[in-house]
Amino acid sequence: MEGLQGLLDLAGALESLDRAERIETLTDYARRYQPVPEDVAGKPYPERNKVPGCESEVYAFWVPDSGVRFAVENRQGVSAMALAAILQEHFVGPRSTEIAQVPDEIVYRLFGRELSMGKSMGLMNMVATAKALAGAAK
Amino acid sequence: MEPIEQRGYANPDRLVSTQWVADHRNDPDILLVESNEDPLLYSTGHIDVAVEIDWTRDLNNPLTRDYLDEAGFEALMSRIGATRETTVVFYGDRNNWWATYALWVFSLFGHERAKIMDGGRQKWVDEGRPLYQSVPNRPKTTYRCPPRDDQTNRVFRDGVLKHMQERKALVDVRSPEEFTGERLHMPAYPNEGALRGGHIPGAKNVPWAKAVDPATGEFLPATRLRELYETGARLQPGEEVVTYCRIGERSSHTWFVLKFLLGYPNVRNYDGSWTEWGNLVGAPIER
Repeated sequence: MEGLQGLLDLAGALESLDRAERIETLTDYARRYQPVPEDVAGKPYPERNKVPGCESEVYAFWVPDSGVRFAVENRQGVSAMALAAILQEHFVGPRSTEIAQVPDEIVYRLFGRELSMGKSMGLMNMVATAKALAGAAK
Repeated sequence: MEPIEQRGYANPDRLVSTQWVADHRNDPDILLVESNEDPLLYSTGHIDVAVEIDWTRDLNNPLTRDYLDEAGFEALMSRIGATRETTVVFYGDRNNWWATYALWVFSLFGHERAKIMDGGRQKWVDEGRPLYQSVPNRPKTTYRCPPRDDQTNRVFRDGVLKHMQERKALVDVRSPEEFTGERLHMPAYPNEGALRGGHIPGAKNVPWAKAVDPATGEFLPATRLRELYETGARLQPGEEVVTYCRIGERSSHTWFVLKFLLGYPNVRNYDGSWTEWGNLVGAPIER
């Protein structure tokens, strides 16, 4: 299911899994991650699109009629790729602006509470940036 | 980069190359440990015989903001199949940032047979070496360790205050923006959990990642490290040093460099770091 409810359903499902199952699900999402299309943005990505405080060097873009698209520059940033794929898959087309309603604690619901502070901040900033882009697009 | 033994390090035996790991990873007294910032990375692939140590799950006690105790360390080491004689080789993502953190925690329990794989996980990948997803099944052991030593390689806030008042060397390894206090209000978190921005008075700012070659993730040779810390930050060779960052993880990387690669005899890591000092009532700061 797409949209906010679909994301909340996914979060609920992940919370019911043990650590290994959760990791397996999240790495599946990471494998499905697609970077921002080259016709939208090319490297080097503009600094103004950089997600602040994210160690994985993530850039966020708003594509009209499509939604938020990310570029994860750190090849080892698997968590960032997983979150990018989750957000990109759930908030597309007419439902793209629903991302503005994503609750702040979604990162912990998706990834668990065993994240380092730096990692959780980076992921939360990805969500915050996507919400800001959606808000500006409305 | 020249071979490790030609880089002029004080303790070159604390670093091993990716080729050394490839050659020795199946030696019975060697245990490979992958320790990453990203909790998903190990499951996407790792060196075939490597076990995982996750900082938040395996080394940290979140209820006391402390590390695991002796019993916890003994249980961890027994579970991953280590003995006191086992040489643990750490590697991980982000230039071995979390690998050095894990090695530092091991040092609190006196497990000195510990090394870092130079260049970390990314160098292994860049060289086209294989990764595997199956988790190795290493036989469990019975590990016993001495009491945790919180004096030799670790320092608490009162010790830092005394160190600062005695005008001894402090190295702040955070970014320049954190050091100056410019970074005060990141989205959702004011200054990464601290009420004040700035640094401990007298500290020199040497961001941790400057100690590695950004192209390969390998540690710089000793001459370049001395330029960085002694010419640039004016540390005196052999002087007593305290390193800190935000929670002590980045600064464990610099602790490793100063202690083992440059051979400073007394280097301690302040793991309370800025999340403690920046909130501490009465503690002076500079901007």
